[in-house]
Amino acid sequence: MATLTRPGSPETGTELHRRTHPLRVDIARALPLTPAVVLLLVFLAGPILWCCYAAFTDTALTGAGSGATRFVGLDNFRQAFGSDAFRNSVVLTLVFTVLSAVVGQNLLGLALALLQKRAARVVRMLVGTAVIGAWVIPEVVAGYVWYAFLAKDGTLNEIIGTLGLGQNWLYTLPILAVSIANVWRGTAFSMLVYNAALSEIPQEIEEAAEMDGATGFSRLRYVTIPMIRRTVTTNLMLITLQTLSVFGLIYTMTKGGPGTKSQTLPLYMYEQAFSFSQLGYGTAIALVLLAVGAVFSVVYMRLLREEA
Amino acid sequence: MSGQTTTVPGAAVTRLSKQVVATAHPRGPRTWVATGVVNVVTAAIGLAFLVPMLWVVFAAFNARAGLKVEWPGSNFSLDNFRAVMTPETTYRPMWNGLVLCVGAAAIAIVVATLAAYPLSRFQTRYKRPFLLTILFSTGLPITAIMVPVYGLFVQLNLIDTLGGTIAFMATTSLPISIFLTKNFMDGVPISLEEAAWTDGASSMQTLRYVVLPLMWPGLSVVTIFTFIGLWGNFFIPFVLLLSPDRLPASVSIFTFFGQYGSVQWGQLAAYSVLYTLPVILLYLLLSRRLGGAFTFGGALKG
Repeated sequence: MATLTRPGSPETGTELHRRTHPLRVDIARALPLTPAVVLLLVFLAGPILWCCYAAFTDTALTGAGSGATRFVGLDNFRQAFGSDAFRNSVVLTLVFTVLSAVVGQNLLGLALALLQKRAARVVRMLVGTAVIGAWVIPEVVAGYVWYAFLAKDGTLNEIIGTLGLGQNWLYTLPILAVSIANVWRGTAFSMLVYNAALSEIPQEIEEAAEMDGATGFSRLRYVTIPMIRRTVTTNLMLITLQTLSVFGLIYTMTKGGPGTKSQTLPLYMYEQAFSFSQLGYGTAIALVLLAVGAVFSVVYMRLLREEA
Repeated sequence: MSGQTTTVPGAAVTRLSKQVVATAHPRGPRTWVATGVVNVVTAAIGLAFLVPMLWVVFAAFNARAGLKVEWPGSNFSLDNFRAVMTPETTYRPMWNGLVLCVGAAAIAIVVATLAAYPLSRFQTRYKRPFLLTILFSTGLPITAIMVPVYGLFVQLNLIDTLGGTIAFMATTSLPISIFLTKNFMDGVPISLEEAAWTDGASSMQTLRYVVLPLMWPGLSVVTIFTFIGLWGNFFIPFVLLLSPDRLPASVSIFTFFGQYGSVQWGQLAAYSVLYTLPVILLYLLLSRRLGGAFTFGGALKG
């Protein structure tokens, strides 16, 4: 270890005077990575691999599959895709993700970042605090906050009460209700990301566009957006994956109900695996959820590559 | 839409701007109106974020709290706090949460720092694929793997143990911790280390005595960031811990208040305030330094 040198630093031994290091040196250098690699393999890669195996078995906590586990082929997936509850939750997951992440958090985050650049200092600070506050509070608390806001005796009905629209929003529009709550909770992330990206755009470019008479919207569309394109795609990927795994917020607000009207894939998976003790089937759902995430990622990666 | 305009906006704009460089910024009544509109719209969005949150704060101090945002006024009292500040409702869950999150954050930081060092300092052909894998795992939906993790924990007899849960929580925050720590470490100049190397110091000695003292600010950001994320996590302890006396605050808030027919909203709000306070304070500590964590630009360089 003591004789290690960096590339570019004055060599201390002739043996290291090579571009590629001997395997021994590579291994010695990689040693500090071991704890991280072990943890990641055992607790992240392991479960994913087990997922790929158990999804094809009838593993269960109680009942038929709890004794000897049998290999059941594609039965779990056949059962899933044949079930209305599963298809319902796939659709709800897509609605929830597109509505609250791709559209809601992303556009509102960008809008806030753009507005904050022009707003007065006091306004900027106060709004930033409110938005980030919503992001920092724990998700269960956020769930209760929105339960209170949208319930029949809640604040929203108090505000719009005079319009005669009062209703329990959690019952009438559950998936919209949880989507709005998720926009409220997650927008800060996109806002901070876009704040950082916008601050990296050289000011001369914006000023030049302004002098050319490019007004607000066309400047945004032809100058600003093209310059932060990669950030937009990366941000979309991260918030999509975050939103796909939202559980606590929905569970606190509606428990997936009424009925199954806001039961996204994570909640359906939880119900099947733990309430109904069907671990094998639950794992198959988990695999579908991972696959949905992978599909979104591949699409975003494609977009990134095209831009590069 | 038109490809031509979007491909070379910078060049076109710069060329044109030279011709009109004499034209000054339009400063007049129109700009004033525009600025006014911007401020009003921004403030309105901020208000929309603020109003739902007010319920927690107001209801916590209101002896007759309901679900509406109401100024406590004559109902102001601290009874809600008095009612929930008991060992089984507040102190034990908070303590459990603290044990879980401090334990997991500590493991994550130590392991991430060790891992970040070779990733930041050495060039090997495995580095880029490794970093890409880490970056990908950052986005892995942890919710999706909780069912297999439960299965794994049953096999390993780790269900309902604090140790197992801490190890798993540490692992879930490892990818982002490694990523952030590496970025902060990249900011520490190498020249000092080269001197130490020439003097025969091992890379671990260099990390301990040269690099770490220079990156405490960065490390504290990563630590606090990790802690905040874990403190709010509901699903992991919800699945992996079973005994009521081991549950952290994030889960017990749900089991105490979520399952009864007539909920004491004031007490729920008071508890929420107590549970939220630590992360708000921690966030205030790091808010000024966090900005750098949100740029993806330098993520995979070097």
